[in-house]
Amino acid sequence: MIDVAVCEYGAGNVRSVTVALRRLGVAPMVTESRDAVLAADLAILPGVGAAGSAMRGLRNRGLDQALIERVEAGRPTLGICIGLQLAVERSEEDEGVVGLGLLPGRAVLIREGRVPRIGWAPVEPGGETYYFAHSYAVESPAAVGYSEGIVAEAAQGSFVGVQFHPEKSGNAGSRFLQRQLDRVAVWQAAAGDVSALPTSGS
Amino acid sequence: MPLPRLIPCLDVAAGRVVKGIKFEALRDVGDPVELGAAYSDAGADELVFLDVKATVENRDSLVDLVERVAERIAIPFTVGGGVRGVDDAEKLLLAGADKVSVNSAAVADPRLLTRLAELLGSQAVVIAIDTKGGQVFTHAGGRQASRETVQWAIEAQERGAGEILLTSIDADGTRDGYDVEITSRVAEAVSIPVIASGGAGNELHVAEALGVAQAALLASILHENPDRLRTLRDELCAQGVELRDAA
Repeated sequence: MIDVAVCEYGAGNVRSVTVALRRLGVAPMVTESRDAVLAADLAILPGVGAAGSAMRGLRNRGLDQALIERVEAGRPTLGICIGLQLAVERSEEDEGVVGLGLLPGRAVLIREGRVPRIGWAPVEPGGETYYFAHSYAVESPAAVGYSEGIVAEAAQGSFVGVQFHPEKSGNAGSRFLQRQLDRVAVWQAAAGDVSALPTSGS
Repeated sequence: MPLPRLIPCLDVAAGRVVKGIKFEALRDVGDPVELGAAYSDAGADELVFLDVKATVENRDSLVDLVERVAERIAIPFTVGGGVRGVDDAEKLLLAGADKVSVNSAAVADPRLLTRLAELLGSQAVVIAIDTKGGQVFTHAGGRQASRETVQWAIEAQERGAGEILLTSIDADGTRDGYDVEITSRVAEAVSIPVIASGGAGNELHVAEALGVAQAALLASILHENPDRLRTLRDELCAQGVELRDAA
């Protein structure tokens, strides 16, 4: 069983993320505790809303340091939407917000098309269609997936961040989250954690 | 731009899907969670749950409904009807809704939009505008506000709304087609997404609306029938409208 911690830090609802994980057979813990976030096999930083208040929410709970320490230690970590925008070095939202620096780059206001950018759009490579709802987007040399020229996914070390909402993206979103759980299982096996290996009847 | 969206709208009261004309003789036609899930399976891009009673006593049942929907359905959904203040909206979002729509309360106090956007983010704030003859109406179309539709759409955007749900009272329920004229005027005047609402009778109407708006609300055309959504999607694809692959 993969031990998943979903960061609760006052930035929108975490229910959808926990529900989506439960559908995949995981029992995530929703937590404000830095120790729980540090210890989990997978930590998820979800969130909607504004970068400034979200970052304050993380700092007030010490979760910023917990996330940084996790990623330094190579522990799998996933940021969703604001969770991606907080992971870069800075955001131009709210007159400038210093990010976690888990990824190089910055978050900038979207300047093309209708903003907020709301709806389903394909992500390349892979071609899966996911749901987006955002006004800011990340610019990063760590980008690994794009949607209409916008960074949809960025990754460095043990951190993966996505701009879309896998928890709201139907079957495509479930497949994405399953791949994240698979990534954790591979990491556990590589770390020599025999309890992570599949056992019969589990 | 993201793909055009098809958004079934479910009228609810006291936790059930209801049907009725002008709020009289509401008839129970099913469970919103089951119907919403069936629409999701049939390829809906989002859902809207509209509380048509929106009384204070009804509020707890709405939050309970939102929780049940969020447990079951893995696509975004908006909740509207009777959202009066920031507390109402926050409760609905914490229960699992992705967006709230506000109508009369925002006309009465447009600062509400700013407060909602600051707390929840613009992407979670939908301004519902009921329009007739280019003028805004509130209270389920019963009261004319002294506002011009396009001007109110622009102001709502400036104050923080992230999306416009534009319902033509003239077209609503006619099944003669969306009011493309007012929809395109609003869409050209704002830079946030616009959802066309009211008047869909066939796939040509929906295709026409998606030519000027980013999404189409589907109500009476579906008749609470998810299979109709499936056939409508096929018909739209045959019209050359590119929809998402929901597989």
